[in-house]
Amino acid sequence: MSEERNHDNYPSRIDSADDLKVVAEAERKRQQQFKNRVFVCMGTACQSCGSAEVLAALKKAAEAGGDDSSCLVSKGGCQGNCAAAPLVALQPQDRLYQHVKSEDAPSLIKSISDANAISKDLVCDNKAPFFEKQKRVVTEFRGLIDPERVEEYIAVGGFESLMRAVSEMTPEQVIQEMRKSGLRGRGGAGYPTGLKWSTVAKSPGAHRYVICNADEGDPGAFMNRSVLEDYPFRVLEGMIIAAYAVGADHGYVYVRAEYPLAVERVEAALKSIRKIGLLGNNIGGTKFSFDAEVRLGAGAFVCGEETALISSIEGGRGLPRPRPPYPAESGLWGCPTLINNVETYANVPVIIQRGADWYSAIGTEKCKGTKTFALSGRVKNTGLVEVPLGTTLQEVIFDIGGGVPDGHAFKAVQTGGPAGGCIPATLLDTPIDYESLQALGSFMGSGGMIVMDDTSCMVDVAKFFMQFCMSESCGKCVPCRVGTVHLHDMLDRMTKGESSMEELEMMESLCDMVKDTSLCGLGQGAPNPVVSTLKFFRGEYLAHILNHNCPAGVCAPVGEDLRRPACAL
Amino acid sequence: MSLSSVSPISKAVAPPSDDKRWRIVNVTMRRLGYSPAALIETLHAVQKSFGYLDEPAMRYVARSLHVPLSKVYGVATFYSHFRLKPEGLHTCVVCLGTACYIKGSAKLLAAAEQCGRIRAAETTPDGKMSLLTARCVGACGIAPAVVFDGLVLGGLTPEATREKIEAWLK
Amino acid sequence: MRACGRGPAEAGMRVVTLTINGHDVSGRDDETVLDVSRAHEIEIPTLCQLDGISAWGGCRLCLVEIEGKPKLQPACTTVVSEDMVILTESAKLKSYRKMIIEMLFTEGNHICSVCVSNGNCELQHMAQSLGVDHVRLPYLYPKREVDATHERFVFDGNRCILCTRCVRVCDEVEGAHTWDIQGRGINSKLITDLGTPWGESTSCTSCGKCVESCPTGALFEKGKGAGEMTKEPQFLSYLAEMKKAKESE
Repeated sequence: MSEERNHDNYPSRIDSADDLKVVAEAERKRQQQFKNRVFVCMGTACQSCGSAEVLAALKKAAEAGGDDSSCLVSKGGCQGNCAAAPLVALQPQDRLYQHVKSEDAPSLIKSISDANAISKDLVCDNKAPFFEKQKRVVTEFRGLIDPERVEEYIAVGGFESLMRAVSEMTPEQVIQEMRKSGLRGRGGAGYPTGLKWSTVAKSPGAHRYVICNADEGDPGAFMNRSVLEDYPFRVLEGMIIAAYAVGADHGYVYVRAEYPLAVERVEAALKSIRKIGLLGNNIGGTKFSFDAEVRLGAGAFVCGEETALISSIEGGRGLPRPRPPYPAESGLWGCPTLINNVETYANVPVIIQRGADWYSAIGTEKCKGTKTFALSGRVKNTGLVEVPLGTTLQEVIFDIGGGVPDGHAFKAVQTGGPAGGCIPATLLDTPIDYESLQALGSFMGSGGMIVMDDTSCMVDVAKFFMQFCMSESCGKCVPCRVGTVHLHDMLDRMTKGESSMEELEMMESLCDMVKDTSLCGLGQGAPNPVVSTLKFFRGEYLAHILNHNCPAGVCAPVGEDLRRPACAL
Repeated sequence: MSLSSVSPISKAVAPPSDDKRWRIVNVTMRRLGYSPAALIETLHAVQKSFGYLDEPAMRYVARSLHVPLSKVYGVATFYSHFRLKPEGLHTCVVCLGTACYIKGSAKLLAAAEQCGRIRAAETTPDGKMSLLTARCVGACGIAPAVVFDGLVLGGLTPEATREKIEAWLK
Repeated sequence: MRACGRGPAEAGMRVVTLTINGHDVSGRDDETVLDVSRAHEIEIPTLCQLDGISAWGGCRLCLVEIEGKPKLQPACTTVVSEDMVILTESAKLKSYRKMIIEMLFTEGNHICSVCVSNGNCELQHMAQSLGVDHVRLPYLYPKREVDATHERFVFDGNRCILCTRCVRVCDEVEGAHTWDIQGRGINSKLITDLGTPWGESTSCTSCGKCVESCPTGALFEKGKGAGEMTKEPQFLSYLAEMKKAKESE
């Protein structure tokens, strides 16, 4: 055990589980000096509503406050209900304040000792169904730890799993535990995680790599961003455990450039973890050495695909490669490579800590554990929610999400991003799991869930997604490069009332062809929104084609002919 | 330092100018061992320092990392993030992600285009503003979102968008 | 870049037996479905594949049905294995192949009558052998450029099908990597150096391998009139074999 101490009196290296306990104890003691804690969410959404100013104001007000209000004001993480941003949490009172402005800081601090000191409008009912009906595993810390201080993560049990894995378990035992847990890849494909790890571990090669796929490109998905911003240490802990299990010596966290805060947090976290000896040489005082670094994406949705991501890390255009061979056998620079999603890694420490049996008791027969979802669109409570797999769409959208606002009617929920599909009201009792959604022609994807009401036109929605796929296509294979353009143009003509039944038939067979012949998931999934909306909302398509009108009033006002655009005089 | 192999540089390549910002770029290349795999990170460093990638910059990076010119150009033009032309003084990025689209961001874009008298991906002739679109900035909970000079604002209306832009263009 | 530590195929690769279109065939377990099919004179259509350079897997013409695999697999990159059952022809495959050719015709500006490669064009041959006699999708009529700045050769973007054979041959055989692709998706465009005119390229060695590798009239020799450009890329497989023999010495 290292005897070096830094000026805070923490050990500078963690070489044993005891060292970890020492740090945890010291941090808890430090926190106990303050009777109360105020957490200001500093996630992207809250920051855009001014939470940085709120944090500064609260710090100032806390200094001015009296002894009864002694509190530590810190950066916190996402509370989930982004629509009520900026959000501030108060512990140990278990209170949540919403729409907080800098001016509210003094009364918020006063409310520590006098709950009535703050306006009722700012008090959020944190026992509401939005909160109570969630099951928090990945987001179990509920944003109540400072994402930038490794000591706080250690104080709530962080890195215990890593220490246990590297000093008490063999890599095979770790893989066994992952297999038993039933965890499946949270990036969307749902491939059994333990099996993937096992394949990488068994593949021959002088080097192995682990990659964290943080290129969350699905428009409408922000779960990974949130988890990376709020719990970077947890995600990295999972990654280091994975590296130990598969025998990797180097890793990359591939983050999209559009997430600067997440990049900042991960880079800072890597530095902190390295400083305390849990990354780099001789992790935790054992022979296991592993280091990792950040690699930036640069604005290409296709780089979320494993082989395209690999091409990008290798310094090239993000072009996917034929699979097989799979990255587990031949990936980065031809070496066995493990690629898992942010959320997959975030689940690893909790599985090692509480055991595979505990984890597999959550969820369904085939889909274990919980999943975070980014609920957005025409729903009252937009934000980040976490529920056990198998929860129905109805529960998530209506019980947790609060249903559709402003008296509009629910029309469809889009899941799985541009490779996903739309699910209508008649199928709201569908449980959310990999197989059930696929059976409906949709896809769980990474967790984006966009609610649409009667103000959305499904032909327009299909066109929107096709436009996305067309502009994000890498261009390598003919069906996707050219097919998405034709599909988009056909949908565009439909929205303008310039299509025909022959064209609809052509579009349907083109969808089959693009789906069956494209090289990667982008092209293979691009027809899904079209196919799924045709399946459940065929009437809308026919209205556009045969009657030249848009029932939802999007492509043209209701009742007006699509072929006569509004005159812009 | 990554495990990519270090390419030996027998003769150091000089940067296009004495501008001190090249030091940041050099640090990046050195940290990554002057490996061809460092291309994207290096282009990020150039763009962060200078605002965009011009021909001399791309030639310098190509020489330093031993990457063919056409490969550098291919990478620079593949990824939406990289700009080959300088940006305007202000940048307005309208998010066209699904959630924002459903909540009307197309109207925000139309307002911005009308106000600046330019289309998306263009810069105003006086160089005051560049208008861009993004596929998703991850702020779906506060859709529709627009990024004004790096600051993400949510729940916007066409009027609010117009106001902000007019203030810039005054 | 640290390679994996796995060397080239060792001597004594296993021979495997498999079935293609009902015929029992054999091949080495490091050969592709395409290699084995061709060795047994079973034709599988290809456009982006060329002996002597690496496989690309982009044209999707060589997709075949393999028993036990729900998705169609590209013959040019799929390695054979024991007891594999492959079908290279079916109504579905034929229909998909035709659609690929139709898409290619709509994507560029392919006007055979005035083209140097008229009568000697792989795209034309493919259309004829697949029975494509009309195109059911609207033509996109993109605005594409001609680069005639090189002393000996011309690049006509209207005829380019983005097969990247030229890119691969210049990179892997000549080693100059003059060609690459700019942009992505439907906006992809073949370029030299920094998107600068071919004639000003500082990397091009004027070897002409790209011209010989191009399946259409996109790359051709100056001075050739309509229908006069014939290409002989067979030297590439010879070069590849010589290189392999040298490496295994």
